[in-house]
Parts: sequence; structure tokens; C-alpha cells
Amino acid sequence: MISGRVQSILRTSLSVATTLLGLLLVTFVISRLLPADPVLAIVGDHASESTIAKARHDLGLDKPILTQFAIYLGNVATGDLGKSVRTGRPILRELAHVFPATLELATLGTLIGVVFGIPLGVLAATRKDTMIDHLIRLIGLIGYSVPIFWLGLMGLLVFYAKLDLLPGPGRLDFGYEEMVVPVTGLMTIDTLLAGDVALFGNALAHLILPASLLGYFSLAYISRMTRSLMLGQLRQEYILTARVKGVSEARIVWKHAMGNILVPLLTVVALSYGNLLEGSVLTETVFSWRGLGLYITDSIFGQDLPAVMGGTIAVGAIFIVINMLTDVAYRVLDPRAR
Amino acid sequence: MKSLMRSTIAGLALSFSAGATVAETPGDTLVMAFVIDDIISLDPAEIYEISTSEYMANAYDRLIAIDPANPSELKLQAAESWSVSDDGKVFAFKIRPGIKFHSGNDMTAEDAEFSMERFVALNLNPAFIMNQFGLTAENVADKVRVKDPMTVEIELDAAYAPSFFLNCLSFTSVVVDKKTAMAHEAGGDFGHEWLKTNEAGSGPFVFKSWAPNESLVLETNEGYWDGVPKIKRVLIKNVTESATQQLLLQKGDIDIARNLTGDQLKAIAGDASIKTLSAPKATLWYMGLNTKNQYLAKKEARQAMKYLVDYDGLQKTMFNGTGIKHQTFLPDGQLGADNSTPFTLDIAKAKELLAQAGLPDGFNVTINVTNKSETRELSASLQNTMAKAGVNLIIKLADNKTTLTKYRASEHDIYLGTWGSDYQDPHSNADGYLNVPLAKRNGWQSPEREAAVLAARDERDSAKRTQMYMDLQKMALDESPFVILFQQVETAAIRSNVDGFIMGPSFDLNLYKNVVKN
Repeated sequence: MISGRVQSILRTSLSVATTLLGLLLVTFVISRLLPADPVLAIVGDHASESTIAKARHDLGLDKPILTQFAIYLGNVATGDLGKSVRTGRPILRELAHVFPATLELATLGTLIGVVFGIPLGVLAATRKDTMIDHLIRLIGLIGYSVPIFWLGLMGLLVFYAKLDLLPGPGRLDFGYEEMVVPVTGLMTIDTLLAGDVALFGNALAHLILPASLLGYFSLAYISRMTRSLMLGQLRQEYILTARVKGVSEARIVWKHAMGNILVPLLTVVALSYGNLLEGSVLTETVFSWRGLGLYITDSIFGQDLPAVMGGTIAVGAIFIVINMLTDVAYRVLDPRAR
Repeated sequence: MKSLMRSTIAGLALSFSAGATVAETPGDTLVMAFVIDDIISLDPAEIYEISTSEYMANAYDRLIAIDPANPSELKLQAAESWSVSDDGKVFAFKIRPGIKFHSGNDMTAEDAEFSMERFVALNLNPAFIMNQFGLTAENVADKVRVKDPMTVEIELDAAYAPSFFLNCLSFTSVVVDKKTAMAHEAGGDFGHEWLKTNEAGSGPFVFKSWAPNESLVLETNEGYWDGVPKIKRVLIKNVTESATQQLLLQKGDIDIARNLTGDQLKAIAGDASIKTLSAPKATLWYMGLNTKNQYLAKKEARQAMKYLVDYDGLQKTMFNGTGIKHQTFLPDGQLGADNSTPFTLDIAKAKELLAQAGLPDGFNVTINVTNKSETRELSASLQNTMAKAGVNLIIKLADNKTTLTKYRASEHDIYLGTWGSDYQDPHSNADGYLNVPLAKRNGWQSPEREAAVLAARDERDSAKRTQMYMDLQKMALDESPFVILFQQVETAAIRSNVDGFIMGPSFDLNLYKNVVKN
């Protein structure tokens, strides 16, 4: 007899495989429906017909689409994501190179979003319809509606160009990035491993502006959700009971109400983290930050199908991992889920 | 209390800025922001993009190259001398003795032979340039020979104008280290897979690393035969956002910004710490009018379009520092180039021509445009001026490759874009615009024009050849479906303490060798 645990693992694996397969199929089909010739990405506009035909053959583009997809799936099953059409390098290696950059940025960004977003949301909920509430909601609204691209350039202009408080684009000052030996790919950790404290400070300083930008964006979402979840709780009867019993307001909010919104809040944070981990193309563009978002976008424009598919798998995998981690956290936080 | 707060903030700011900057850009390193996302391969047999052409010129030597200071002249590089047989079919190049590859190997005729053989046999992007001389993947092993240890011979299928062949060689005669390449050979690929991400040259700079879409690092070749560069390293960073390039340059974090727009160049014009360097490139902005379109089939209608462009207005605005008005198919700097500009914005003249074409009320026509800021801006201006004569331009935006795919299949009415010469010889553009591929794409191919193009190509008397190209340009101004607009000018914005950066008429003539940082 198969135990419940094994069954649950099997079920999860099956759903993961189906999700990934669906994701890949959709990406593959869409990229093949584009009215642009993928060979152009490699041979350019001037090459002769025979060169074009050769490139088409070398890429396997002369085979039927379904055959191409089947070959691709077979390779993926053995862990081979193929080589980038544009750079000739293994996709896995390229992903391993760009993902840590995004991870570093997204993690710090989410941290900022959580540290500021949750208290602000709580404050807005407990001061509903006061000036403070309106102000906090305005901050959130701006975070939602102002183009992040513009905000990034303005940030650079003010803090880098005018005030000289923060460094410019890139993960380290120009000329130094190439000197750091990549171990984890996380610049803060690699500079520490190299024992270079000055470079570590530099890496951290380079993170501040883009991470704050992403943090602001995630703060806008987290504070709004916290506010509405908290308001929902504060209307409950048990809160009234607690107040009648004379429990302090801080304890009511931070212990009783917060305890009950922690699980849905976790979903909010996880979703926001997942979104940032996909890579923020605009932020990465403005800050010359070679992350996953920029990698996938460039690959789409460059008609680099294996890279686009590899990026799709990476994004799919990120969400699956985050979902699993959230599941585990649920069980820790909510005894009913165990 | 207030003063305490102020000093705290100041202290915080100080500690931040102390952490923010490690040091100035290293004095022995040239740091350059340049869009290098077009790099797909570093193999000289495959290199055909803007940034890789530039890389190749700095990491490799060619038998013969264009003199950047005098673009219509050729200059010997790895070859010490050349000669041609009496029948004009066999060219011989004597290798300059004493040239060492970065590996330490000596350069010999065998390397030159190997390089030309793989260039043709691999049949990659630029191979067609040598196919023109009857060199094919099948026969190249016989046609390119080692005559003696220091002399290589190339046999062509016919006698061409020597300037034509040598101009082509100025791009294709890169010499690759045979021993190094063959040490990494796999499956008869002449070391191609390896060379895509490595280097086996003898140029003034040694390839150090390439992180796709991120950076390209070169180091000085301390044993370079033609003068060791003064800087130790060149760091090229891919900065795709031109506003970011401008910021970095103004802050002094980079020495050179390569991709500033006309507006940005205007903005930095008053900055004493920055200077600019410009060079016209052999790339033309043009409109291709498809003669398969019922209206554009009429010569007068096509002629009218040439009078409906605000050449002077555009020159002052979007092409400020990035283009010069040019209306013939040969860019300035090439043999026989005619720099006259007979067309101006003349609505009355255009209306008259349209009436002659039987289209007094104008017509509707679509234009395929790549969705980039410069092409969007240009097409909007065209739409505006054409409307004044009743020509209703319907702009169709798409990404570059989609637009090109349509154009290559002749599924356009009007195409707006650029065309760059493949090599510094007038035949490249004469063939492109009057025969294949551009005349073909626009439904304007004819056996007579093809014959005229080939005759000009093969004319061995230089004065006569020049005149033939002048005549062809005159004819094209009048009849062709091409509205040539501007010749691209490349402008680099450079910190004023940096000297010696050379920009030539093509991207493969931008050189770092003489750069010094004061």
C-alpha cells in the first residue's frame, strides 16, 4: 500500500510536470507563430541564400515543428536545455549567470517591501479614513501608477548624478565587476568571499537604488493587501470581545488580528517575491543589471528560442519552488493545515 | 536639536558615498559604454556585426586594410607586399616577417591560406563576399595556395578590378593562427565552435573575456609588431539605455559613450569635460518603394516621394550629429561617390509629379517600420510631409526581425531602414541597390542594370570605373525606387582627458591602439 505521503509527492510531481509541459508548449507554439524568421537573428540581412539555408539546417528549423518540439523535450528530460542561438553557450550556464543577479535584487526588494509595507498597511487599517490612512494609500497609489522606468532614471539623476550619494548603474563600479571571481554569483557574497570589504560596500551601495525601487513597488502591493486583510479582521467579533476584556490595542492588532492574517499575507508576499524573481525588465534595463528579466526579454527580441524556453522553465521552476515553500510555511503557521 | 539632525544626515551621507565609490576608473584601462548585444560570435569567419567587426579590427591583423585616415586608400598590414599576375586572376601576398600570434606562434603563409579557406568553406554570414570571386566551399582548397613559406596565392575565376578584390579583402583577409585553431578543431569545423568564444589573432589587443550582453574585455598585446598600445586594458560595457550612457559619461565613470542620440549630444555640447568625435559611416538611411504597388509602379509617383522629405529639418533635429543629408546610393568616402543633393522638400513639385502620374489626389500607402525611437520619429516626419501632397502614409510598426522578414519577402509597400556597405568598394552598394538584394525586393531588377553593374565592377581603369559609378548614381536618382535620406554618422562622446581613439568609415576601422588617458 502506498502511504499518503508518497501519494502526495507523486501527485505534486505530476502536477509540476504537467504545468511545465503546458508552459513549454505554449511558449514554443507562440514563438513559432511569430511572423519573423528566426534565422535572421544569426545570419543577418546580408547573407547569401546558401548561408541562410545552412543556418536553418544547423538549427534544425527545417524539420516539422512537432518533431522540433519532441527533440527539445527529449533533451530537456535529460537536463540539456540546449545552447543559445545567439551566443553559442549552454543555456543552463547562462541562466546560472543571470539568476543570482535577479535573486539578490528581488530578495532585498521584497525585504524592503515587507519591512515597510506591513507596518504601513497596519497603520492605515488602524487609522482608517484619517489623514494618515489617506497618505499611506497615496504612497501605495504612486508606487502602482508611476512608471518604474521613469522612477529609476529620476533616482539615478538625483542620488547619483546630482547628490553623488549613491553609485550609478551596474552591480559594482565600472571596471571592477570583471575582477570578482564568481562563486555564488551573488555580488555581495562573492566580494566577501574574496575578502574585499571595500568592494562589498560597493556592491551593497549599488543594490540600494534598484532594490529600493523594487521594494517600493512591492511595498505598494503589500501595504494595500495588509490594510484590507487587517480591516477584515478588525471588524470580527473576537476583536470586540478582546477590546471589552481590556486587552491593549497593540496586542489586539499585532497578536490577535495579525495572527489570523499571517497565512493570506504570506501568499501576498510570496506572489510579490515571485514576480520580482521573474526579473523586472525595466529596472534591469535602467540599471544595466543583467538579470533574468532582461535575459528573457533580450532573447525574445533576438529570436533566441532555446534561451526563451530555458527562461520559461526557470520562471516556472521559481513559482513551483515558491509555492512549495509557502506550503511548508502554512503548516508551520497554521496548525489546521498540518 | 536641528543642527544635530543635520550633522547626522551629513554623516550618513558621507558614509554612504564613501562606500559608494571604490576609486576612479583605473588609469590604464579604457572604459567604454557601447551597445554590444549584437555579438553572436567572435569567429572572424562569422563576424559581421557592428561591434564584432570593431573587435576583430583590434584583436586580429589583416593582410590588407583600409587606411582610416584616408578611406579610399588601402594599407598593407600583415602583408608586406602584393602582386597580381598578368592575366589579373592570381593575387599573391607576401607575409611580413616577424609577426607573432598571441600564442607565440609565428605568422606564415600557411596561416593566411588556412584563414581564407575556412572563411569560404564554413559558409557563414560574410562568406558571400568571397563567393563573388568564384571561391566556393568546394574549390577553395585548390584556389588558395601556399606558394612559399611566406607567400600565399589566391586564384580568382576571372579578372576583376584589382581595387574591387582588394577592397573586399580589407574586410575578409583576417589572419587566424592555424595551429591554435586546429588544436581546438572538432568534426572538421576548422576550430569554429572554439573560436566563437575565443581568439587566435595577432592584433594589438588580446581577447580576455566576453560575457554576452554584459562586457567584453581586451588586454594589450605587449609584443605587437606595429607599436604596443599605451593603455593596458579595454573594458567595453553593454549599456543599452543611452540616457544611462550619458549619465555615466558625465560622472566620469566611463571614458567613452558610443550610443548617444542627437538630443543627448546637444545636451552635452556645453560640457567642457567632454568632447565628441564623428565619422561618417558607409551606412545609408533610405526608403525602399516597392514597384509592385500599383501607385509606386509609376516613375513620377516615386519621383514625387523624393520631394516629400524634410531633409533639412530632419538634419537639424533627429540627425544632429548622427547623420548627414545624402541622396545617392554611394556613401561619401567610396570611389565615385556623388555627394550632390538635388532633392529638397518641395510640395508643389511633388503635386505636379503626382498629377503627371495620374494621381492628383494622392494615394494611400503603408510603410513598414521597425519599432525603435529613431525610426518612429523619422516615419512620423515623413507621414507629416507626405500628407501635404495627399500621400497618406500608414505606419506599420513591428520589431526589427518581423519588419525585415516582410521586406525580404517583398510584402511591403514602403520599407524604411538602413543599409550598410559590405566592404569599402562601390560594387557593394551598386549591386545591392541596382541588382540584388534591394532592387529585387522592390521589384526593380532588370538584366540591363545588372549588366551595367557588372561592367562597372570589372572595369580595370580607375578613372573609367569612377565615371561609370557616377552615371549609375545619376540614373538611380532619377528612376530608382529608393529615396535615400541620410548617411549615418557615428559620434562618440569622449572624456576630454582621453586622446587617440580612431574612428574610420566603417565599424571595423574603429581602433583603440593609440588611445592614451592623460
